[in-house]
Amino acid sequence: MHVPTMAEFMAKGEKPEILFWVGCAGSFDQRAQKITKAFVTILEKISIKYAILGKEEMCTGDPARRAGNEFMFQMMAYQNIQILNGYEIKKIVTACPHCFNVFKNEYPVLGGNYEVIHHATFIQQLIDEGKIVMNENGSFKGKKITYHDSCYLGRANNIYEAPRKVLEAMDVALVEMKRCKSNGLCCGAGGAQMFKEEEKGDVRINIERSNEAIATGASVIAAACPFCNTMLTDGVKNKEKEDEVQVLDIAELVAASI
Amino acid sequence: MAYIQQIEFLVLLVIAITLFSKNIGQIKKNIFLGKDEDLSDNPSARWKNVVLLALGQKKMFRNPFVAVMHLIIYAGFIIINIEVLEIVLDGLLGTHRLFEKPLGSFYTFLINSFEILAFLVIVVCVIFLMRRNVIKLKRFISKDLNGWPRSDANLILITEIILMGLFIKMNAADSAMSNSNETFVISGWLVPMYKNMFNHHQLELIERTCWWIHIFGIFAFLNYLPYSKHLHILLAFPNAYYARLKPMGEMHNMENVQNEVKYMMQPELAPTGDAQPMKFGAKDVMDLSWKNLLDAYSCTECGRCSTACPANQTGKTLSPRKIMMDTRDRLEEVGRNIKKNGSFVDDGKKLINDYITVEELRACTTCNACVQECPISISPLDIIMELRRSLIMEDSNAPQEWNGMFSNIENNFAPWKLRPDDRDAWTA
Repeated sequence: MHVPTMAEFMAKGEKPEILFWVGCAGSFDQRAQKITKAFVTILEKISIKYAILGKEEMCTGDPARRAGNEFMFQMMAYQNIQILNGYEIKKIVTACPHCFNVFKNEYPVLGGNYEVIHHATFIQQLIDEGKIVMNENGSFKGKKITYHDSCYLGRANNIYEAPRKVLEAMDVALVEMKRCKSNGLCCGAGGAQMFKEEEKGDVRINIERSNEAIATGASVIAAACPFCNTMLTDGVKNKEKEDEVQVLDIAELVAASI
Repeated sequence: MAYIQQIEFLVLLVIAITLFSKNIGQIKKNIFLGKDEDLSDNPSARWKNVVLLALGQKKMFRNPFVAVMHLIIYAGFIIINIEVLEIVLDGLLGTHRLFEKPLGSFYTFLINSFEILAFLVIVVCVIFLMRRNVIKLKRFISKDLNGWPRSDANLILITEIILMGLFIKMNAADSAMSNSNETFVISGWLVPMYKNMFNHHQLELIERTCWWIHIFGIFAFLNYLPYSKHLHILLAFPNAYYARLKPMGEMHNMENVQNEVKYMMQPELAPTGDAQPMKFGAKDVMDLSWKNLLDAYSCTECGRCSTACPANQTGKTLSPRKIMMDTRDRLEEVGRNIKKNGSFVDDGKKLINDYITVEELRACTTCNACVQECPISISPLDIIMELRRSLIMEDSNAPQEWNGMFSNIENNFAPWKLRPDDRDAWTA
């Protein structure tokens, strides 16, 4: 698959409408790469002029900052803002709520001002504008699906409805967990926990959350964050439910329904 | 002779107010031991928070059943204070029910309302005591509250029951003494019994005793507040005003580090001369912002934060409520130290390690559930993050996996040890 890069646009003297910020998980994690490809499928479908940074993309610094390493965060922020401003980026779409949060809330004070959209909101807008239309008999129609709120999308940025509206557009039977929306339980990955062993406790957070999701009887756990996806997938495997319950990103659900 | 009670009352009032002001002054001093943080922007949004969060208790209504009960106690507290105004004026002027004549039938309406509220407050306080001690709700039997904090909570509820009871008994005795058959709505239940059991002289004694214990109790309660978790009835208001207005996901930017990095990348911008030594994050309460410290004094230890915390719910040692309680305990210790020595003398202790352990700090997923839940906009996360910053940047104290993650970000521009050239390998 050929995915256009900013450098290519630059060489042609053109500018894309949006920059698709892939993020580290979306770039390197084999599971998350599928989400990335699904989102690219959507971008191709709507024939929007988009680009990725490709090899020029770097970690936003989010896990470093939340672990407490402000130096590393500032280093990454400085370099990323140099690149983004160098390309005169105006609009960024990303499938990672952590990258989204950093761009939207934390880069502006450092000189990085962009219109930032999370892919859940972006896809919802496409549906609203009629730019993507779901198949009449999509594979998820009528299926019991639960949605897990990412903390960095939900509480951190108040985005609760967009991903749910996307699911509604697919005519799924949305079932909510008891702890949902602003009461949602974290998957356990945030705050750089993704990159270390959990502290001693009674149960792992991802297992607690996956069990709650499995208990809804849903056949799909929808997520909108690559890290939540990893944590929940592990939790489902831990319960040996991977044959009955899939953990899918909303981009994957949509890409399979258009 | 008639003046003796008035003078006694005046002395009591002056002592109560002086002591209270002194204690509040000390708390203010302690709060301002914290670092400067400008939170004066956007007053209209801030006043809106005061109205919605503090006055309107908006967030309490995430659990409507508890919210209504809390509202009864709160309304009872505020509205009955109007009656306390009469009591104070009566005490000073030597009058009896000063507002009765000028207000006429409206006075009866007012006292009836106060009595209904007082009765409801008693009922709710009993329910709250049961939730804590009989039903034993998880957040109330948590080990966070072992010792004094648990007694503190019970003591407040019992005191409120006693104060409200005294108010009703005082009214009952008063009605029993009067020649008219009119009684107030709740205390009226007691009047026939009082009339049977006591003569006029005894009734007068009961009325006076209840009156004095009631007002003494209120003054005592006022002066208990600064030592208690119950201080939230006052500090919820400023705390809501100074609540952060930024999205929850936004962390405080460290400008000193931002500049440091900028000078490293563009040395021509660096100021000449010796650089000031810098401190990163917080090790002790003085390194936190004054808002973090106001948060600590405003916390009423309800535990909604810890109930929502993913780490706490899965049995980790982290409890956001404990973070707030520890911060206040340490701050009070530092305050006493300064009071005793004139300025802070190193006592070999720090908020970090001596109060809050590294294990607790490490368990936080920064999910903001604690911040979301707090009815009065306290942020335990802010304190956790400042302490984490100091662990990493001052002490280089990180779990090995994090050190690996840092070096991967530095060398490979991703938290994993993967080749940066493979970043777009997925497109192949």
